Amino acid sequence: MTRHAAGAEPGDRPLVQPQVALIDLLDRLLSGGAVLTGDLILSIADIDLVRVSLRAVVVAIREEAERTWTLELPTSSAEDGADRAEPY
Amino acid sequence: MAGAMAGTLSYAYAIVRYSDPLEHSALAGCRGVADGPVTLVRSADLAAAVSPVPDTDFSQAALTAHLEDLDWLERTARAHHLVVDSLAAHTTVLPLRLATVYLDEERVAQMLREGHQTFAALLDRLAGQAEWGVKVYVSTPAAPEPQATTPAAEAADPGRAYLRQRRHHHQERQDVWHTAEEVVRRIDAGVREVVSEHARHRPQQGRLADTSGENVANDAYLVPHDLAEEFRDRVLRAAEGRPGVRVDITGPWAPYSFSRLGAPEEAPAP
Repeated sequence: MTRHAAGAEPGDRPLVQPQVALIDLLDRLLSGGAVLTGDLILSIADIDLVRVSLRAVVVAIREEAERTWTLELPTSSAEDGADRAEPY
Repeated sequence: MAGAMAGTLSYAYAIVRYSDPLEHSALAGCRGVADGPVTLVRSADLAAAVSPVPDTDFSQAALTAHLEDLDWLERTARAHHLVVDSLAAHTTVLPLRLATVYLDEERVAQMLREGHQTFAALLDRLAGQAEWGVKVYVSTPAAPEPQATTPAAEAADPGRAYLRQRRHHHQERQDVWHTAEEVVRRIDAGVREVVSEHARHRPQQGRLADTSGENVANDAYLVPHDLAEEFRDRVLRAAEGRPGVRVDITGPWAPYSFSRLGAPEEAPAP
C-alpha cells in the first residue's frame, strides 16, 4: 500500500515513492491511459495476444474488459454518447 | 539524443499543459523506457513527454514478443510509470496507454495538434484530482483443522465428520463473502459525495495478486486533492469492525483509469 500525505497539492508529493505493486500498475497501464492511434500502437489483435500469453500470470488482464470495466462519468455531456466505441 | 535519429522511435508517456519549468523540474535527469532522456514535444499550449526508444525493441513484431516477457513488461511499465508520476507531482497529466509509439517527434506534435480540443478538455476535467485505488479482500482462512477431540459417534465415521467440517467451513466462507460485499457497498455509498468519478477494474487473481486474501473488488476513484484525506477516512470507516475483510488503499495515482478519450482519435493516414 502506498500512501502519502492526504490533501497535498501535487507539488508537495514526494518524488521518491515506494514501489507500487506490479499488478496494480498493469491494471492501469494495460487497461487505462488514453488510447491514441500511435504510429505503431498495438493493434487489437496484439492486445488479445498479450492477454492470452499473460493470462496465466496476470489474470487481471481482462478478457472481458469491455463488459466488466465500467466508467461512470457523472459530468459527461450527451454528445460524449455511449454509441462511440473505444478503439480497443 | 532525442528526435528523428536513425533507428529510434518516439515513445509517448503523457500529455500535459506546456510550461517551461517542467523540463527543468519534473523531467530533469528523468530517464524513460529503454533509459532514454525524457523531453517535451510542444504544440501550442500542450506538450507530450517523450523519449527515444530503439526501433529494434519497439517495432510491432518486437513489441508483440516483448510483451510476453514479464520481466520486460515490468521494466517497461515501471519506467513508463516513473515518467508519468514525475510529471504528476508537478502538473495535471493525461497518461497514455503503455507502448504508445510514434515514428518521430514530428508525428507526436501532429497528434497533439489534431487532438488538441479533446486533450485540453480532458486535462481540465482531471485538474486538481488524483486517482485512488480501493481493493477489498476476503482474508484467506486457515484450512479447517481436524478436530483434536472427535466425538465418539464421528470417530467411528470419519467421512461424516469430514463432511460436517466442510459444511461448517463453507458456511463461514459464505458469511465473510457477504460481509465483504456489504463493505464494498458501504464504501461506494460512503465516498459518493467526495469523489468525482468511479471506475471498476476486474478483481485481481493469479500469481501476481496478493495471496493473503481473495480480491473481491478492485475499484478506482477520482478524488479532488483537498478531499483525499476525507476520502480515505470514509473508506476505512466503511470496513471497520468487519472481521475477515481487509481493505487496501493505493495512491495517489495519476488518473490512469480516468483518461479514456470521449471518442477515438482519427487515425492520420500513415
